[in-house]
Amino acid sequence: RGSLQWESAAPAQYCLHCCWHIGVIIMFVARSIAADHKDLIHDVSYDFHGRRMATCSSDQSVKVWDKSENGEWHCTASWKTHSGSVWRVTWAHPEFGQVLASCSFDRTAAVWEEIVGESNDKQRGLSHWIKRTTLVDSRTSVTDVKFAPKHMGLMLTTCSADGVVRIYEAPDVMNLSQWSLQHEISCKLSCSCISWNPSSSRAHPAMFAVGSDDSNVTYGGKVQIYEYNENTRKYAKAETLMTVTDAVHDIAFAPNLGRSFHVLAIATKDVRIFKLVPMRKESTSTGPTKFEVQIVAQFDNHNSQVWRVSWNITSTLLASSGDDGCVRLWKANYMDNWKCTGILKGDGSPLTGSSGQPTAMSTVVGSSVQTSQNALNGMSAGRYFFPPLDPPRAGTRYGHLLPPSSLIEHCDAEPIQPQQQALPHRLSSRALLPLPEAEGQ
Amino acid sequence: MEEVDVEPAVTNIPAASSGTHLGFAWGPGDILVYETLYKASGTGSGDIHEVRKDEDIYSPILRKLFNESHHIFVGLQTIREDLPSKNKKPQFVSISKNYRSVIRACMEELQQVAVSTKVAEVAMQYGNQVSILLAIELIWNLCEVLFIDAAPAGSLLLHLLDWVRLHKADVDEKAREVLQSESPAEHRDYWDVVVSYVLQGRLEEARQMLVKQATLQPAARKMYKQMDTLLSKMPFYNPGGTQTLTEFDVKWRHWHEEVDRCLQDNSFASNKHLELICKILVGDEDTLLEHKDLLSTWYHFLVTRLLFCHPTVKPTELHYYAQSCLTMFLDSRSVPEPLDSILLAAFEFDIHQVIKDCSIALNNWWFVAHLTDLLDHCKLLQSHNLHFGSNLREFLLLEYASGLFTHHSLWQLAVDYFDHCPEFGRVYLELQIERVPLDTERKALKVLRICEQRQMSEQVRSICKIMAMRALRNNRLGSALSWSIRAKDAAFATLISERFLQDYCARGTFSDLDLIDNLGPAMLLSDRLTFLGKYREFHKLYGEKRFREASKLLLSLMTAKIAPRSFWMTLLTDALPLLEQKEVIFSADQTHELMFCLEELMSSLNTTTAGTDRPMQDEDIEVTKVELLRLALARNLAMAIVKEGTVEA
Repeated sequence: RGSLQWESAAPAQYCLHCCWHIGVIIMFVARSIAADHKDLIHDVSYDFHGRRMATCSSDQSVKVWDKSENGEWHCTASWKTHSGSVWRVTWAHPEFGQVLASCSFDRTAAVWEEIVGESNDKQRGLSHWIKRTTLVDSRTSVTDVKFAPKHMGLMLTTCSADGVVRIYEAPDVMNLSQWSLQHEISCKLSCSCISWNPSSSRAHPAMFAVGSDDSNVTYGGKVQIYEYNENTRKYAKAETLMTVTDAVHDIAFAPNLGRSFHVLAIATKDVRIFKLVPMRKESTSTGPTKFEVQIVAQFDNHNSQVWRVSWNITSTLLASSGDDGCVRLWKANYMDNWKCTGILKGDGSPLTGSSGQPTAMSTVVGSSVQTSQNALNGMSAGRYFFPPLDPPRAGTRYGHLLPPSSLIEHCDAEPIQPQQQALPHRLSSRALLPLPEAEGQ
Repeated sequence: MEEVDVEPAVTNIPAASSGTHLGFAWGPGDILVYETLYKASGTGSGDIHEVRKDEDIYSPILRKLFNESHHIFVGLQTIREDLPSKNKKPQFVSISKNYRSVIRACMEELQQVAVSTKVAEVAMQYGNQVSILLAIELIWNLCEVLFIDAAPAGSLLLHLLDWVRLHKADVDEKAREVLQSESPAEHRDYWDVVVSYVLQGRLEEARQMLVKQATLQPAARKMYKQMDTLLSKMPFYNPGGTQTLTEFDVKWRHWHEEVDRCLQDNSFASNKHLELICKILVGDEDTLLEHKDLLSTWYHFLVTRLLFCHPTVKPTELHYYAQSCLTMFLDSRSVPEPLDSILLAAFEFDIHQVIKDCSIALNNWWFVAHLTDLLDHCKLLQSHNLHFGSNLREFLLLEYASGLFTHHSLWQLAVDYFDHCPEFGRVYLELQIERVPLDTERKALKVLRICEQRQMSEQVRSICKIMAMRALRNNRLGSALSWSIRAKDAAFATLISERFLQDYCARGTFSDLDLIDNLGPAMLLSDRLTFLGKYREFHKLYGEKRFREASKLLLSLMTAKIAPRSFWMTLLTDALPLLEQKEVIFSADQTHELMFCLEELMSSLNTTTAGTDRPMQDEDIEVTKVELLRLALARNLAMAIVKEGTVEA
């Protein structure tokens, strides 16, 4: 019977026919973190590598959290950033160092930079963030703040309730106290959100979309696409999505996967996914690109307003948050059919929350267990085949079933390495020889 | 093909269920969820929940499955395309067996941990994983028999028997218990074991068991002898032998008639157990169905039924028997489970349905990705008229590899999977690899190497820039400089060179000498870096007392405008000890040039620094320095003229 000798077999106690739970994306709560903000959290933002996060709140503060080796989050900085609710917080690309931007009801946006602190601060696990600039050009609440794609340099975009998008640039990345207002674009409607097209500059001109939460449907399209024109050195409106007439709360371009078209997700009274296909330009034309706008999907599963949309790294999953109190995950199959494949839902039993927690860093670990239990309760999606194990018995019958020795190998876990220099520098900096005494003097 | 409507999976978050919103943020490997309100002000619990998918990735035992199967996967990709597919079949079968043996090994390890742990939750978690792997192996094995090995009539049944024996091995356990008891023939499970052996076609083992009973009942010896003869005479097809399938069929029919005759004669009527065995041998369906507890599954029933009724079943006829066995076996349980549907789809040779149902029913991309890849290599997806065949393979591989990428060490395996996805593999790799946390320089170099090998220049540049910026922030100038040279980032190299020079002016020493001494052509990346390298070269020459070369280099730094003007005074001060040497080092012409440099510097300083109020003390020092320089230059000029005149004379 071939070279493989399997005496063995299916342990009898596993019934292969118990409930198979159907679903596609099974998720589980790995841990919970008491954020300890004194008021509502408005935004949570991961840094580029997913090792840090920033939170902002109505309590006017921003907190920065660092993930330790064992995966736990520790708050390493917390400070008052604004004199009003902080709506959004976002990280610059790490090529520019450790830089955050925040925007607030107090009509300002601010840029923060982490400075490498004293060594005893480091030991205590604290970091220092200092304000590099306050951008005060808006006369109303600043509703969104986003850094432009890194290939454009260090550029920051804000949009505000007065309907203006502002693009700032820090010409010297080593001096973040200098920001110049490069562009001021009036969108005529109260702006709620902006998203940069992450596509590379070589393939497409710089492009962003801005959404308006103006609820008057007679004002027409609530999503506008702007494109940079090399000749005029200005942003010009390339497209208005006329079919989106209700208030738009969030908007997100998908990472481009080398495709010729762009994909845009919109949070309005439903979730919508649009495809923007650039139409061939006349060689003489200098105006902005025209797009063929196609709707790819539209879902009203949130029942009412949708407030946030966001893509994962490879844009294979879209998440949305809405009035039904759920986060829904949307996924396309290999035939490009979009479906809701996962739901994250409050179970009505919030943990005691910040006020009840003795420390800010308390975490609740161990949830795969939770998942299994939930599955048993019929609440969640344990897509396990089933069956609880028989009570462990001494002298298991599998003693003779040793796997071929070649299969027993230690997993390739990466050992934690101490910091190493890229090049073997010798750090003993030899001084220039003392100047020889001039002879004969 | 019609899509099955799938209910989305719900994950409960410990948060309020109504009246609030759930905010979220995507991370590379998870999603953060928190309570919030988007419309108005209000309060939330203030907790943030880290929600993950691909739970399996975090199991230390399943990690071995991922590691081992990665080797097999890579091996499979290198099988030569140009070989005729007939020659490749044994290779594909052996690869399939390798995959299954990895599953087995993993399963057994999980089972041991599950049994030995004292924590009930852990035992349950591992137990769940074992049962998932069991089902995976069961499906995979059947796919191997039907699709990859594609056994013809005759051999097909033998393979299916092996399949059932492998996955229904509790009979061995029971047999061991019976045989180890004091009186096996009187053990209460004795007949169950004998019948189970017969149901699986393990007639040799059944006969050995029967001998024990026969010795206890000398009176019935003849009857036992007759049964033994029947069992021993049952023909089995031998695919390697000379016998044709038709010859086998004739022989089998003779035997079958003989069994039938025994039944008609009531040869075993006095012993209900032997009577039962005889009925099984003749393939009596009602008798088989009365022993569902021993068969336990409809597919065991199917294989047993084929064994005793249709041993020469053709692959194309399988679906008919499978469907009818499923219906007959499940009459009490109206709805078949997903596993049933998957196996049935396999018996119907509907590969696409098998893959699709598996990807829905199993929270595990590992299985569908590897199986589909293997079937694709066997050219089975095209022959089944799936116009998106290769896309299906790539879609599943991308999903699996993306899951691996969220893990801190498994991401390296994912790179190879992306490499073998021709359409989107590269762009996925680009998006994922730049998110790998660069915790240490060693890890950064590892990521960098992967990007360099694939000419991913943008990612290479970005990684180097990130590392350079981080080193600079931590005041590790040497590291920052070497990373920005790797990134070919001229602006940053200039900035760091500037910092080196500032440090030198402040402390009179250079750090990171090895690096600066060995810049080589990299020095040309920026003007300031060139100057730094050359200036350091001057110091080296000086230290080696090669004064003439040192002085020439020093002068050229100014005359060729390599040195920034702000640094000229430092350079001229460096010239001072050379001018004061007993021996003449600067020639008359060179001294003239130095004087010219000094005057040019003084005149530019006068215009630019006018109006700035520097402390008087500094001013005094500067003035004294210039006076000293002028004096030294004049004296050197005099000496040089005298010397040069002397030589010429």
